Amino acid sequence: MSTSTDPGAATPQATTPTPAPDSALLLPAEADGCPFDPPSAYRQAADRSPVTRTRLWDGSSCWLVTGYQEVRTVLADQRFSADGLRPGFPFLSPGRRQLATNTPGFIRMDDPEHARLRRMLTTEFLVKRVEALRPALQRIVDDTLDRMLAAGGPVDLVTEFALPIPSLAICLLLGVPYEDHEFFQQQSRILLDTRSPGPAVSDAQRSLLSYLGDLATAKRRAPTDDILSRLAVRDDLATEEAASMALLLLIAGHETTANMTALSTLALLRNPAQAARLRAAGPAEAKAAVEELLRYLTIVQAGLPRVATEDLELGGTPIRAGDGLLCMLSTANRDESVFADGSELDLDRDARRHLAFGFGVHQCLGQPLARAELQIALHTLFTRLPQLRLAVDEEQLSYRTTMVVHGVDALPVSW
Amino acid sequence: MLVSVDQDRCCSSGQCVLTAPTVFDQSDEDGYVQLLQARPGPALAAEVRLAAALCPGRAITVSEAVGDPGADTGADTGSGSVGEPA
Repeated sequence: MSTSTDPGAATPQATTPTPAPDSALLLPAEADGCPFDPPSAYRQAADRSPVTRTRLWDGSSCWLVTGYQEVRTVLADQRFSADGLRPGFPFLSPGRRQLATNTPGFIRMDDPEHARLRRMLTTEFLVKRVEALRPALQRIVDDTLDRMLAAGGPVDLVTEFALPIPSLAICLLLGVPYEDHEFFQQQSRILLDTRSPGPAVSDAQRSLLSYLGDLATAKRRAPTDDILSRLAVRDDLATEEAASMALLLLIAGHETTANMTALSTLALLRNPAQAARLRAAGPAEAKAAVEELLRYLTIVQAGLPRVATEDLELGGTPIRAGDGLLCMLSTANRDESVFADGSELDLDRDARRHLAFGFGVHQCLGQPLARAELQIALHTLFTRLPQLRLAVDEEQLSYRTTMVVHGVDALPVSW
Repeated sequence: MLVSVDQDRCCSSGQCVLTAPTVFDQSDEDGYVQLLQARPGPALAAEVRLAAALCPGRAITVSEAVGDPGADTGADTGSGSVGEPA
């Protein structure tokens, strides 16, 4: 029996006119209810159909893809383009549109150009290479935790633990001085906030690209043992391209893991039985636990944008060339047909089919690194601080509801 | 069970190595998938099928060879490696 990997799921066909939006849902939806759940508007759309028509903030319409199989299908099929310059491409905010049209990184490109650039980075995040980094990552986690303990509680776990760990790690790998972290973290927040006006996003992007471009120029003259140097010395890559790739790695390298670390900590503090499982976990169980946290929390809540390049059918729904689609990883990862009781956090679950890193050719390049960081950071935190607890009432916490990457703004803890 | 890989489709996510490390590796030179064994035994069948299902580039093909002692005829676990529902 063949179990070949035929991508032909979305079939060419569309004779029906594209329907008007079938819901009053306006994207991006307001977060509400439990901070770990996708906004209820997305969950209600998922309950209606895995593919629904909806309206964006700018009045345009697009498809909201919420089902697990449908999200996989779209992301694996390059007839759904990731190129933000194509007409009909759905943007979540004016700032996101600005970002993708100024200087698109390779996440907003299609193959073959996307593959050309991505493949310059693939050996940097090999599983074996990340495995070899584990002692260095453990040292970063231990040192960061030592500093947090020395400061004494209560502290904000976001600024004292969750954010420094992946920032230190990506700075080390990329070759960016960690002393500059306040600058790049601040600019990164502007880039990822859907409230940021277009000009503010342009300014933040320009200042980061100029910073990384200067760094690349210096490294071209005097290369060191890091990713940016290896990019900077290439003859087939302009300095601007190297800076753009470094920008992607810098932002993706710290924002995602930082928010996963803090939100995971909160989820575990709210579920003491699950936290106990993590404390008792050996290396294999700790890995499985992180997969379930990735599934349950799915911090890329905003939806991955694509635009159809031809008429297709998706799960029985006709999609026209030029239609925008937003692939909702968060609802896909709660799809009951794949994850029974998907709204429950269960660290014993085999969650490896989750889509938290996306799917298809754009799937997260740094996922081995993200996994290792999360496994080490969370296991170390909960084993070294068995009395870890919230230092404020949970009602006082606020969440990153307008950010492309979900998380908690601050997490005051003591131990 | 017979496994083959298509390096042209590989996007070096590392999912296969994490899922079935005795069957798949990544090249040190270019990061592309490398097959360590093309006929893994029955004990590895479930993990190999999962690796194929998780591969974001769909670079892994698994087929059940006729007469293969490890063949698991018709008992595919619905991993998604048989393609997506249309």
